[in-house]
Amino acid sequence: MSAAAQPLLSVRDLRVSFALDEGLVRAVDGTSFDVMPGQVLGVVGESGCGKSVTMRAILQLIERPGRITKGEIHFRRDSGVVDLAQLPPRGAEMRDIRGGEIALIPQEPMAAFSPVHTVGDQIVEAILLHSHRWQPDRKLGRREARDITVGLFRDVGISMPEQRIDTYSWQLSGGLRQRAMIAMALSCKPRLLIADEPTTAIDVTTQAQVLALLRDLQARYNTAIIFITHDLGVIAQMASYVVVMYLGRVMEEGPVDDIFHAPKHPYTRALLRSIPSLYGQTRVALPVISGALPHPFNRPPGCPFHPRCPDVMPRCSAEVPRLMPVGASQLASCFLHHEEAEQP
Amino acid sequence: MTRYILQRLALLPLLMVIYSFVIFVIIQAPPGDFLTAYVATLASSGSSISQEQIEAWRAQYGLDQPMVVQYFLWVQHLVQGNFGLSLEYQRPNADLIGEQIGLTLALALFSFFLTWAIAIPAGIYSATHPRSIGDHILTVINYIGVATPNFMLALILMWVAFAYFDLSVTGLYSPEYADAPWSWGKLWDLLAHLWLPALVLGIAGTARLSRIMRANLLDELNKPYVVTARAKGMKEWRLVLRYPVRLAFNPLISTIGWYLPMLFSGSLIVATVMNLPNIGPLLLRALVNQDMYLAGGILLIYSFLTIVGTLLSDILLALVDPRIRVAG
Repeated sequence: MSAAAQPLLSVRDLRVSFALDEGLVRAVDGTSFDVMPGQVLGVVGESGCGKSVTMRAILQLIERPGRITKGEIHFRRDSGVVDLAQLPPRGAEMRDIRGGEIALIPQEPMAAFSPVHTVGDQIVEAILLHSHRWQPDRKLGRREARDITVGLFRDVGISMPEQRIDTYSWQLSGGLRQRAMIAMALSCKPRLLIADEPTTAIDVTTQAQVLALLRDLQARYNTAIIFITHDLGVIAQMASYVVVMYLGRVMEEGPVDDIFHAPKHPYTRALLRSIPSLYGQTRVALPVISGALPHPFNRPPGCPFHPRCPDVMPRCSAEVPRLMPVGASQLASCFLHHEEAEQP
Repeated sequence: MTRYILQRLALLPLLMVIYSFVIFVIIQAPPGDFLTAYVATLASSGSSISQEQIEAWRAQYGLDQPMVVQYFLWVQHLVQGNFGLSLEYQRPNADLIGEQIGLTLALALFSFFLTWAIAIPAGIYSATHPRSIGDHILTVINYIGVATPNFMLALILMWVAFAYFDLSVTGLYSPEYADAPWSWGKLWDLLAHLWLPALVLGIAGTARLSRIMRANLLDELNKPYVVTARAKGMKEWRLVLRYPVRLAFNPLISTIGWYLPMLFSGSLIVATVMNLPNIGPLLLRALVNQDMYLAGGILLIYSFLTIVGTLLSDILLALVDPRIRVAG
């Protein structure tokens, strides 16, 4: 098998729980997926389905009372494959990977920059922390890091980079702020970029520009991106491969065309039905997924989607379906398509 | 930034005029004046004074003039740097205050730095280790610190020091240095005596400040910019000090303004109890004896400190927080 066919990141049966006073919340409950080098992976799901928690688990940024209870997160570094789930979260190796090889673009660029430090200052800091990714044999100076930052600002389409570098985040517009955030994420030439709903907090026109920028940068640097969103339209534009999550489990995954044109899992189908269409009848209520998202303390037994599923069978409330190949390139966890259940 | 400072500096004289008037009204407010109090004291000790002498003094100190005239006379003298004569001590007030103000300031500043040096690290520790054993211990100490009146604490410490260690912790000097000229030995002796009153003065403030620091920092630690800093791969203690602590600290800077004069006046009771050669007991005596120009002078210095403290904290806040600096 060639190197390109080996995954850059491989998440296997990841489980994260939060021990709250009211009880244990299983936010991520056996999630598995792969990210290939240079691939844009879209992760889609409703709010609270464990998308962001999964991504934080990859970066080992789960805060107390949360904890990774099980599973493996294999990440391919130059020096070989490491299991991120086994690394101490505050240890040197994890900190080297964090920001250096896996970077995060957070959801709210306004709150994600410190308001009392200039944006340039915060990016220079990131470059100096991982200066070996620019200069393997010596430490970069502050001046050099600043020049790199100006270059990055130019790359992400910020005009007047020399001036903008010394501004505070609250002096920038929403779009510029997110561009600056992208510049920070790219500052150490990461192999994997985790974009956690990067366009949710900005207006639609700016959103389109930011998406175009991300696509362009991805093509230029061949960085793999995990793109988290609840917006299927954005997924269709950005991703080549899609993972659909529900209550901390992967319901279905596959190439973007198959997911949109031949969805297998009833949840994916329901999600797609609820997208408004330009050609649909006007003034007709959109189909919605019946029922409500279960309370986190009250996870249904068996398949998590069965109480809301239109195709529910008796078996679904007793056993958890496994994520299995269905068709040529898709995987689904649904008894409609296969018989395999998770081992209890 | 310069404009911001100039604006506040321009307000300073106006505020001083208002304060001086209010102070004058207050020191005038008790019935009678110094002379009536003085005559009463003399009478109670059996001696008496002639009516002519009283009238002469009344004219000399302007006590027979209307209040407004007295006020303007007072202000006129103040502007010339003349704080008036203490009616009781028969000495210039400026000298009386000058003798005490150095030590009062030293005590207040020492106490202030002690407070911050203890409270900030304690608050940071509590916030970064919430609900740990260390946090619980600090919480209990803080509650005791806030709940104990500082003069009570002073009495207890003095008693403990005297009863168990045979130490006298009152006053600021050992007897052999009390009237000695300044020397390294005397300075050392002063520092050795200063920490206890400084601690007593600062204990409630320390406890409060450390609770505020804990609460502020706990809020800041959940902010997205902390996650961003972690996602950069920074060392945990470095990022905590650089980002959330910095932001949690800002609101505390604006408390400097009222904290300094509070230490100053808060020292009144403690200084009386601990027998410190301090401006507090001087003010207390002046108030009791209706030595009004002395009391007025001291109160005016308190007000001045309050205004300057507030100005200082405004400037400091602008220096550390660009949101104020740029917008202001």
